Amino acid sequence: MSAIEPTRQDAQASLDKIHTRTLPQRLWSWRYIVLRRLSQLGILLMFFGTAHWGWQIAQDVPLLTGNLSASKFAGILPMADPFAVLQIFLTGHVLQTEVLLGAGTVFAFYLILGGRVYCAWVCPVNMVTDLANWLRMRLDVRPIFHITRNVRYLMLAAALVLSVVSGVAAFEWVSPIGMMHREIIFGLGLGFIALLAIFLFDLLILKNGWCGHLCPLGAFWSVIGHHTAQLRVRFDASTCTHCGECARVCPEPQVLNLKKIAEVGYVYSGECSNCGRCSPLCPEGSLAFDLRPLIRKHNERSARVTP
Amino acid sequence: MAMAEKTVTRREFLLQVAQGTAVAATGAMLWLYMLRQEARAHPFALRPPGALPEPDFLAACIKCGKCVNDCPYDTLKLAPAGGNLPIGTPFFTPRDIPCYLCPDIPCMKACPTGALSPELNNINDSRMGLAVIDIENCLSWRGLRCEICHRECPLKGKAITLETHPRPISKHAMFYPMVHSDACTGCGICEKACPTEEPAIRVFPHKMVQGKIGEHYRLGWTFETEITQDFKPSAPSAAGSAPAKAPKKAPGMDYLNEGGL
Amino acid sequence: MGLSRRDFLKTSIAASTAATVGMPLSKQAEAAIKEAEKGWQWDKAVCRFCGVGCGIMVATKDGQIVATKGDPDAPVNRGLNCIKGYFNGKIQSGKDRLTQPLMRMKDGKFDKKGQFVPVTWEQAFDEMERQLRKTYAEKGPSGIACLGSGQWTVQEGYAMNKLFKAGFRSNNIDPNARNCMASAVAAFYSVFGADEPAGNYDDIEYADTMILWGSNMAEMHPILWSRITNRRLGHKDCRVINITTFRNMSSDIADLEIIIKPNADLAIQNYIAREIIARDAVNWDFVNKHCVFATGPYDIGYGMRPTDKYAFPAERDTQAKELKVKLDKYEAVAQRRQEGEVVEQKNTADPARHWLIGFDDFKRAVEPYTLDFVAELAKGDPDESLESFKAKLKQLADHYIDPKRKVLSFWTMGFNQHQRGTWVNEQVYMNHLLLGKYAQPGNGAFSLTGQPSACGTAREVGTFSHRLPADRLIPNPKHRAEVEKAWHLPAKTLNPKIGSFYAKILRDLEDGSVKWVWVQVNNPWQSHPNNNHWLKAAREMDNFIVVSDAYPTVSAKVADLILPAAMIFEKWGAYGNAERRIQHWRQQVDPPGEARADIWQVLEFSKRFKLKDFWGEQSVPGLKAEGFPDGKLPSVLDEAVKMGYSPDASLYEVLFATSENKKYKWPDPIAKGHDNHVVRLLGDGWFPEKALWQEYVQFGRGKGKDLADFDVYHGDKVRGMKWPVVGGKEVPWRFNEQYDPYVKKGAGFEFYGDLFKTIPKGDLDKVTDPTPVSVAGKAKIFYRPYAAPVEQPDDRYDLWLCTGRVLEHWHTGTMTRRVPELHRAVPAAVLWMHPEDARARGLKRNDLVWVESRRGKVQVRIETGGRNKMVRGYVYVPFFDEGVLINRVTLDATCPISKESDFKKCAVKVYKA
Repeated sequence: MSAIEPTRQDAQASLDKIHTRTLPQRLWSWRYIVLRRLSQLGILLMFFGTAHWGWQIAQDVPLLTGNLSASKFAGILPMADPFAVLQIFLTGHVLQTEVLLGAGTVFAFYLILGGRVYCAWVCPVNMVTDLANWLRMRLDVRPIFHITRNVRYLMLAAALVLSVVSGVAAFEWVSPIGMMHREIIFGLGLGFIALLAIFLFDLLILKNGWCGHLCPLGAFWSVIGHHTAQLRVRFDASTCTHCGECARVCPEPQVLNLKKIAEVGYVYSGECSNCGRCSPLCPEGSLAFDLRPLIRKHNERSARVTP
Repeated sequence: MAMAEKTVTRREFLLQVAQGTAVAATGAMLWLYMLRQEARAHPFALRPPGALPEPDFLAACIKCGKCVNDCPYDTLKLAPAGGNLPIGTPFFTPRDIPCYLCPDIPCMKACPTGALSPELNNINDSRMGLAVIDIENCLSWRGLRCEICHRECPLKGKAITLETHPRPISKHAMFYPMVHSDACTGCGICEKACPTEEPAIRVFPHKMVQGKIGEHYRLGWTFETEITQDFKPSAPSAAGSAPAKAPKKAPGMDYLNEGGL
Repeated sequence: MGLSRRDFLKTSIAASTAATVGMPLSKQAEAAIKEAEKGWQWDKAVCRFCGVGCGIMVATKDGQIVATKGDPDAPVNRGLNCIKGYFNGKIQSGKDRLTQPLMRMKDGKFDKKGQFVPVTWEQAFDEMERQLRKTYAEKGPSGIACLGSGQWTVQEGYAMNKLFKAGFRSNNIDPNARNCMASAVAAFYSVFGADEPAGNYDDIEYADTMILWGSNMAEMHPILWSRITNRRLGHKDCRVINITTFRNMSSDIADLEIIIKPNADLAIQNYIAREIIARDAVNWDFVNKHCVFATGPYDIGYGMRPTDKYAFPAERDTQAKELKVKLDKYEAVAQRRQEGEVVEQKNTADPARHWLIGFDDFKRAVEPYTLDFVAELAKGDPDESLESFKAKLKQLADHYIDPKRKVLSFWTMGFNQHQRGTWVNEQVYMNHLLLGKYAQPGNGAFSLTGQPSACGTAREVGTFSHRLPADRLIPNPKHRAEVEKAWHLPAKTLNPKIGSFYAKILRDLEDGSVKWVWVQVNNPWQSHPNNNHWLKAAREMDNFIVVSDAYPTVSAKVADLILPAAMIFEKWGAYGNAERRIQHWRQQVDPPGEARADIWQVLEFSKRFKLKDFWGEQSVPGLKAEGFPDGKLPSVLDEAVKMGYSPDASLYEVLFATSENKKYKWPDPIAKGHDNHVVRLLGDGWFPEKALWQEYVQFGRGKGKDLADFDVYHGDKVRGMKWPVVGGKEVPWRFNEQYDPYVKKGAGFEFYGDLFKTIPKGDLDKVTDPTPVSVAGKAKIFYRPYAAPVEQPDDRYDLWLCTGRVLEHWHTGTMTRRVPELHRAVPAAVLWMHPEDARARGLKRNDLVWVESRRGKVQVRIETGGRNKMVRGYVYVPFFDEGVLINRVTLDATCPISKESDFKKCAVKVYKA
């Protein structure tokens, strides 16, 4: 692929395009964020409605029981958090078929869709960290220090090792994700303190601190689907002006290594959560959701039309 | 990421590795400590019917709350963060809402991991805890005609029985409620029903209250024992042949030699 | 007593500390308790609940009840209480206590369809008066009624009785005791000619065999039960037999449990009589000297309405049996007729009529009740073998007959709430009399009461529609004259026509013949059977219902006017328990808000009427009595004027605040500083509770019903007294020369009651010689046949339903459900069912089910374990829970003689809700 290096002027022109967007255009660029909130809240609401208002899909068939750790949809479809199940497995407990089926279902879903879709579209903590991140940008909080985002893999390893060592599912016992979900669905405890800690940590201490650096569940999902994920953000290097706006809004900017993704043609890293911040914002339309098999064809076509 | 700068010296690299390890080790220890604090088998927690023994239960419970969803009496709650009980695990407080012993055990059926064991077929076989009576404050033990625990017990006559004793100086007999661990499910209906200001009968996990007679002893009247007629001696010990030499030490000699009489 | 109390405390402390790690109260804690109890004032009182009549002590401070305790000096309970008694101090402080009169109003006026609005007492009484005058003008004395209570204090019952019978000239006053004790009363009358048991609780310590007939004493008479248990445990040869229709708590210490079919008690009693004769065990000396034999008609109906005009379509088939009954094979044998014969019920109008028969007739009558016959008829548990059941019946007869055994029979609602309640009561005396085992320590037949003053108020005061104080009867001209004299009434003031009994008053509301009702201290719209009728009548007919109560009950909810009542320790009063013991108490605290004692309500209301309002000529349809014109009460105003009354004198002055009564002045030193809110509100300086007591006691003196003076009962050392109190001494066993000064010297025994003591002669079927013969001084041994229950399970309604109480709750739960602890302990009624019956219907424990009869249906949760172990085919639902109004389902058949409703048997089906 032979792309012409974009110029500084091109980039500036792209930025101008962003800053001169009309209101409808601006609103339209939030579409994925709105959809994500709907998804996150919708799932929470289904759990809550089933637990508190007895929502049913048919006579005596509850809609969605449990929570993100394990659940049952419509009385037939079991679901379970594969990471939690893996930890329990490592404690030495012999698991029941139902939870294995549930974990398998969920695992397969994300394996195909892309693991961290969970983080951006399902995980309730995402709402907290997004808020922290938005506020952080607004308040222009300066970074204090940097640590490598790979700490999360260390956390992942530690969670698994500690599950073996301690005999309990190590992350599940301290997980703020579980806490938040449980306490919204089953009643309030002191879990909000953990969430507040995450919020303040992300706001004042480390940008994208929890989701981007520490969360072992995010790390787990980063690994899952790295090679198999079908829903990806395709990158059209030929139109990109390197304005850098995508990286600015991306919670995992390391995945937007333009040189590398230009080679592959899409954002290939499992750490991309398909959050949909970058693509609606890209003034040149260089980034867009697509299914992986279609991306190659698209890029070939666009390569042909590029002079 | 190991994107080490090219200029990093071996010494610096080693230092970084050591620092990283230290951070990781400190973090892991902290984490482990939190786990020990949080996931400690709680002495007072009353678990839903069919719950595995507490350590196994804590390992197996995925904290999904489906048992809570399916409990028709709102008996079960998930332990909130910051409470006394292991976070996220189901428990119940009998004085608030006891377990009403559903014959179809919906909570157990809802459990996806087997933390509530599917081997529990009859709800009356569940052993959530054991009721104990504070006989100093039990109205019946003080001679009043209360015995609500006995009458309300779903396994009346088995889990709680009344022992009657004459009271020679009065004309009114005593009716002592007695709890029997072989039948008590720990449902806590008695604790809920107890009319005293603080309940005089309460349910605790067995470990908290139950003693144990030594394995080396059998109560004489509990089962028939006959003298074995064809006694089979065990294999003779290796001490068949006399040792060649006396050992330097032998039991008892320390005391015998210490003097001081 | 002091010594034994100390010992008792010592041993109970020893018992409680023996098995625990010794942690006695430290001195500091003791001091803290003493400090907290500073300023407490203690006084004696009596438990509010059942008929046992336990003594309690009440502590007050700053106008609040702060504690209660069992009275260690009370011989009934010796310092103990059951769990209801334990909460005596909390019953008055429920959150929804009524403190203001409430009336249905619309646009500032009373309106039957309006909402309840707070009104003043003045407004309340204004409307009540207006409605009474309206109804009285339209319907006369028969158009008004009062539903009273065995939980009235003696003085309250006395005042209301006098207001109704002497003031309003209406006998439509009947207490809920009708549904509790009436069958016992009817049998006391017919057998002995005088009401109430001969023995007392001390019988227990003498008895060798105690037999419970339809009485779950373990739950319903808890403190007596511990006494029975103590006797059973402490006396090697003592035995307890429980005869019941399902396994209840009383079976726990029973040596013999006999589970029978409903109504089979009638046959079993006759089997025992037959055995007594067959084994030549009749105590001829006793029988010849003190007894005669008697019988009466069998075709007496079932106390239902004689017409199906008001019946729901589904209940018509049951109702039709009031007129004609097809005999089953057992009844046919028992009544010497053919199986399948249809018998017209010809004696429903005078079912109590009876006549003398000879012993040979009696012997012939009980002859068919062989062991085989009775066992087949009576076996109640389908899972028990006939042989096992026969062996039990034989043992039962052995116990009665064994000359070395003193036998004490107890019964409660299993006998009394029975379509042949009077008969079965008579039968228990039949066997005791045949054996001469009556009116001696340890030998007796002891009718237990349910309510705290069923004896004291309902029976002794005579607040029934056919009674006057101290065993006097409305139809008896001599009795009326005695009462008129005592009350200083002109002759013929009292209405000679028996008023409507309890069930009839509700039926009268339904058919519109009664339009003004005052309900005090009971809750008929929850407690009366076949309730859908009465609920509808209350709300849909043109009538005016006043309910005096302390809490908003179901009855209050269907009323038009609610008067807030003071509760037990907020007023002066007296109760009489099952062993003839009268106990008085003082007001301990003031009632809350505008709540006021029932007696004040009666007295204050009476101020609004003048003699001329009622004492003129009144029309009473159906009145037929010697000396009275048909259907008319004559005017007695002229006579009244001659006696010195002004026609404009108020009922209050003439009936209550008489010059005689006003001699009892307040303050009175007997009060020892206690207040009396009734005196304060009346404001005319007399002491009504004392004055009316002193007026009342004159009725029983010299009649074997002697009560002591007011001040005697309030003596510090007195813990109630058993009447008759003769020469300051109680009579422990009546009719027995050794103990009862009323018995003629040398007679040994004398049944001196004088009611129904002249009767004709006849054979088993009819009167042969109508000339009345005197049987004065004798008791009657009745032959009464087996009769089947009028409604029995069939294909559509396949289960027996029995209702009753549980230990934790009192009656309709008005008080006990307001005690948070008791409500928590037993929050809702359940339906007890045999696990097999549940399984067969696809039901499991805790399932919500419908229980449905011909008359109605309610939802309830099912219980297959717990305190009652049902036999197959039989279910039990207690009636305390207004959320499970089980009396929508029950049948309102009564004993035709006593008019007591049968709550113990009707046919239902149970299916998943």
